Amino acid sequence: MRTTIPIGPYHPLLEEPELFRVVVEGERIVDIDWRTSWNHRGIEKIAESKTYEQALFLVERICGICSTSHPIAFCNAVEDLADIEIPDRAKYIRTIVAELERIHSHLLWLGLAGHYIGYHTVWMWAWRYREPICELFEIISGNRQSYAMMKIGGVRQDIKEETIPIIMKTINELEPKIHMFADAILDDPVMLARLRNVGKLSKEDAINWCTVGPVARSAGVDIDIRRDYPYASYDRVEWKVITQVDGDVLAVAVVRLLEILESIKIIRQCLEKMPPGPLQVEVPEIPVGEGIGVEEAPRGECFHYVQSDGTNCPYRLKIRAPSYVNIPCFRSRFIGERISDILLILASVDPCYCCTNRTIKIDNGKVKSTMTDKDLLELSWKETEQLREHYKGYPGGGLLE
Amino acid sequence: MSDNHKLTDMSRWGLKKSPWAFHLSTGSCNNCDIELLDALTPRFDVERFGILLVGSPRHADILFVTGIVTVQALPRLIHVYNQIAKPCLVIALGTCACTGGIFDGSYHQIGPVDKIIPVDVYIPGCPPKPEAIISGVVKALAKI
Amino acid sequence: MVELTPIKKIKENFPDKIEETWQKSSRRTYVTVKKDAVKDIVSYLMKNLGARFIIITALDTRKGIEMLYHFSFDQRGCILSIRTFVPMPLPEIESIAQIISGAEYIEREIHDLLGVNFKNHPNLKRFILADDWPEGLYPLRREHKCQFPYRTVEEQNLFRQEILKKEEQ
Repeated sequence: MRTTIPIGPYHPLLEEPELFRVVVEGERIVDIDWRTSWNHRGIEKIAESKTYEQALFLVERICGICSTSHPIAFCNAVEDLADIEIPDRAKYIRTIVAELERIHSHLLWLGLAGHYIGYHTVWMWAWRYREPICELFEIISGNRQSYAMMKIGGVRQDIKEETIPIIMKTINELEPKIHMFADAILDDPVMLARLRNVGKLSKEDAINWCTVGPVARSAGVDIDIRRDYPYASYDRVEWKVITQVDGDVLAVAVVRLLEILESIKIIRQCLEKMPPGPLQVEVPEIPVGEGIGVEEAPRGECFHYVQSDGTNCPYRLKIRAPSYVNIPCFRSRFIGERISDILLILASVDPCYCCTNRTIKIDNGKVKSTMTDKDLLELSWKETEQLREHYKGYPGGGLLE
Repeated sequence: MSDNHKLTDMSRWGLKKSPWAFHLSTGSCNNCDIELLDALTPRFDVERFGILLVGSPRHADILFVTGIVTVQALPRLIHVYNQIAKPCLVIALGTCACTGGIFDGSYHQIGPVDKIIPVDVYIPGCPPKPEAIISGVVKALAKI
Repeated sequence: MVELTPIKKIKENFPDKIEETWQKSSRRTYVTVKKDAVKDIVSYLMKNLGARFIIITALDTRKGIEMLYHFSFDQRGCILSIRTFVPMPLPEIESIAQIISGAEYIEREIHDLLGVNFKNHPNLKRFILADDWPEGLYPLRREHKCQFPYRTVEEQNLFRQEILKKEEQ
């Protein structure tokens, strides 16, 4: 018997309103349909009545998390249209801001992913480590989100000399934490059991559904706009594209975690290599024509198409955000999976270990002992062992091995 | 309070202690939603004051609305507002929810939140910082 | 500027369907083709040349609805845009969702915003506009002189009362 389960539009786990109509047969998903409209604000139409400078602020507000990727893509498109070459220093500043944003966005995703599977410790950790990045943005641009750093023909604000050591210090402090994070997630048998082989995406499906970004890279499709269409200063620094082959939820998490480390590498090189010089060039009158700008946002390729009729407003602006092509691939990822896997909800009943520094064990109302990190770890190992024993006979219980 | 609900001492007492919040995005760009969640995470940690995000409007005392109200979200906003136990506080979070911001005049919007439901506290900013959000909640509680 | 291999191949395979080629730079090329050849060319690009479909841009121009199919050749780092014009007032074009699954949603969006009818589309339902959006009102078309937002404050108050009434019943 088929049943349709709506997930959304306002679901406790979804930050934004969206509706997935999931058709299930028993526990298994047979079809999934996606409907969106709650967030449709008509940005493409509004852009036609704004000047290029104003449209820049508009595209910044497409998405709060990618709030520098869209402006860069839009600037790339207009610069492609009018053949503008931006100064070197501006290129480096663009790279630094974009990579800082990638770090903050990936940490945010990891946190939310932890929240979805009920692993709130990961949520709190990731968002705690994300906070220094937001503060960096406040120092650089004056705002924690929506930085308004980009400008057609360059950047609006400089990264001052005295800010550079602060950025260096922050990312140096962040790096060991990301390593710790990666180890904690990838060594945890419970997390592995929950994430491995869930929502598998094959390479053929990844290509057929036109997926981009970490989703495509986790399925073995080797694309990265930063390498394929070099913009800003990505062709002047050393870094590598992270790919995985499995295409499951775990692979996506691994790609994102490793990309944070690559971003740290890029920022470090950019801060060292950044040459002095002007921040922007004078923008000529925008000629009649069309331009395409692409940018690798944290979630994948961001695409902007601008057509100009010679006035100071774009005649048409087409925006393709990365999620627009990444969400439809749910169709191939989730068919055949269990209902619980849609948002990895059921993981909330999996045990998670308390990662506070120490807890006080209270026995009969009186303080008996103070537990240290080591005690807690041992306690959680013991619990995991018990779970292994308990689930031995069940189908799927072998995953814990 | 904006609604025609008479506040008894009991309800005032009930509202003031540990207000639970429901978050509704009616067409936001995610910025305000993120900053709202940020206020819950270790740096700001409003949970220590008993402020909690809940999954159902029926459990909530505070309704956070982010973003301009789109045509599609309008009936849902009214529906959610009707479900919340009254008296409740409505907070318009961010410039879009307060005035419409840059999206004013779009074809797929109705207007800022206060055109549709009564709003108690406006927190402007694009996005408002978590400090501003906390300060807004404090002001809202002081109103009771 | 050296002519790129994909363009050469399209020219060889579809000589009578190409109307115009414009190579803007080494990374951007625009090819104008006849409307009826779009599906074949898209299929050729995807299956034989290994292109990645990016998106479709549609815009209202004097010559009709202009459709741009953007493709990326990631290995070469170049974007190819296939341009075609769909005549008004009843715009209709063959759907490519059968060839590329990822094109299904953008075709639904264009159907909503510009009223283009995609033939043989698997599921051409409303996608991006509100459930109660009036039929035949396409916000991205330029001919429409209607006022946006289409509902004034008074109308929306009436609308709200109607909803409340419905809920009470």
